[in-house]
Amino acid sequence: MRRAGELTQLAGPIVLVLLAALLGTTASTATQVYFINSLVSVAIVVALYVFIGNTGVLSFGHISFVALGAWTAGVLSVPSGVKPAIMPNLVGFLRHTTVGNVPSLAFAAIVGGVFALVVGLALMRLSGLAAGIATFAVLQIVNNILQYYEKIGPGQNTFSSVPETTGIWQAAVGALLAVAVAFAYQRSRFGRMLRATREDPAAASAAGISMYRQRLGAFVLSGALAGFAGGLYVHLLPLNANALYLDLTFVTLAMLVVGGASSLWGAVVGALAISALDSFLSEAENGVKILGGTLDLPSGTRVIVEGILMALILIARPSGLTGGREFALPRLRRRRSPA
Amino acid sequence: MTLAVLNVSWQTLADAASLGGIYALMAVGIGLVFGVLRLVNFAYGQLIMAGAFALALGAQWNWPVWASILLCFATVLVLSTLMDRLVFRPLRTQSPAVMLVATFAVSFLLQSIALLWFGSLGKIATSLAPLNRVWVISGVDIRKISIVSIAVAAVCLLLLQLLLERTSVGLHMRAAAMDFRTARMLGVRANRVIGGAVLISGVLAAVVAVMLTVQTPLVTPTFALSDTIIVLAGVVLGGLNRPVPATLGGFTIGFASGLLGGALPTAQSQYLPSFLFGAVILVLLVRPNGLFARGGSTERV
Repeated sequence: MRRAGELTQLAGPIVLVLLAALLGTTASTATQVYFINSLVSVAIVVALYVFIGNTGVLSFGHISFVALGAWTAGVLSVPSGVKPAIMPNLVGFLRHTTVGNVPSLAFAAIVGGVFALVVGLALMRLSGLAAGIATFAVLQIVNNILQYYEKIGPGQNTFSSVPETTGIWQAAVGALLAVAVAFAYQRSRFGRMLRATREDPAAASAAGISMYRQRLGAFVLSGALAGFAGGLYVHLLPLNANALYLDLTFVTLAMLVVGGASSLWGAVVGALAISALDSFLSEAENGVKILGGTLDLPSGTRVIVEGILMALILIARPSGLTGGREFALPRLRRRRSPA
Repeated sequence: MTLAVLNVSWQTLADAASLGGIYALMAVGIGLVFGVLRLVNFAYGQLIMAGAFALALGAQWNWPVWASILLCFATVLVLSTLMDRLVFRPLRTQSPAVMLVATFAVSFLLQSIALLWFGSLGKIATSLAPLNRVWVISGVDIRKISIVSIAVAAVCLLLLQLLLERTSVGLHMRAAAMDFRTARMLGVRANRVIGGAVLISGVLAAVVAVMLTVQTPLVTPTFALSDTIIVLAGVVLGGLNRPVPATLGGFTIGFASGLLGGALPTAQSQYLPSFLFGAVILVLLVRPNGLFARGGSTERV
């Protein structure tokens, strides 16, 4: 019985992701990009959730792992023929190495995880606001270096010529993989220990749980997932360093908080809901037919409407759309309670 | 004429000091609101941006300087009061993460409104341009604005210190920053204290807007954004919840970035943010409560 209940929790996010993917396959090529984008957002937000949701500590630094993953996958998969044209200053071994789609994603995850480990060894000693600002500092440093250090990438230019392999299915598989890893982690011994430190640090440490170690573990795992998601992203569209900076940090954090930061279900719902809203509004800026009439918003209203809606949702439902609870079938619950 | 030892000109030194002064004002503005609300206001830079656009509009309409400055203050104060009423107050009891994301939303909102109205190329605020001229003081060239902004920052900080130490509003504010719940039980009115802090931080934002537009007259929707980020780091570096450490932190990081930015060649100064934020991480690791803070304090973020 308990097993079944646990699997239901996983079923919700998976069904939702699959639904988005299926809807995406029926859409026209122009619209499909929105669906792919939303699935990549799911992967990024789930990566954020693995750390933020399980620890309750805010991190502003995760987009730096996404950026490093994108850089890794991008540099490794641009065909070596065009590399001198786009990235003339690459160091030797990067100039000559080109790998396929899947290995590039794997390397992106490894680089994200290793960097998270290096950073986390120091940063996980901090907590509270100091931790938040320190992760923010990491974001600043990584962005600064990626912009100017042209030996490892295109610098301020856009990452062009990366094979665009992230179609609807690769994005869906990627998002599902992230969801599955996040779920397995939070049900594992380590995930439970970490959640115990989130609920009551004193009691958890009295039970012999090292907050530092558990947080570091989650940080590395979520760093690897974020790097992987960055790989997916760079295979979707040409990126530059500023596409992987403040705006993306804010948007993904907003997705997580709007959905409900303390559950995997919340992360997936938030990512998909805000992506859907974003796609709808950017279509509406070009004029969209709805309910018989045509909705044509002036360009630039998208962000304004989103900002207002986000603030409203936060005021009305501060613990997010899902209330931070995992997915559960409503009918099952009703049957159990005597009517 | 240069300081031979450091290879730094007096102008660079003055610029660094004036940047330090401006950042100190921003730091206090952010720190005051944090004190009473436990909220790091990411939208602070956009308040300054709005004030700067008000100045630019004043210049465009050929208003006299005092009228543009008045418009700047009015814009910033109205916006910060609105922010307090519409966003901060309803969310005051929520978790810091929620409040933080709400300030992201506000900052996004203001930035995109500015983008919609003024475009990404921005406007030029010229009314205070004469302050950019050079004064020659005993053979040393120094831009007037450097002196003016150091003086203005000093006066503002002094007035603020008087307000906090000598008036009952200031006493309430300090009490609220120390322990909000106990302060309320002792009769401090929450909304009034928060409103007051938001208002003062708005006044500081307007002052900063005036100073910054003199130094960089081109006002774009991302005006003051990078400054705010650096100041946030500086505030944490100093210690967030009391005005004096926050000020010192802001001044330090402003002075350091001004000095290094002026002294280093471009090949190195483009990595300046990395050095600054690397230093921030190091300081946080050694002293998580900030360089200038005494004793432990707990935050909720």
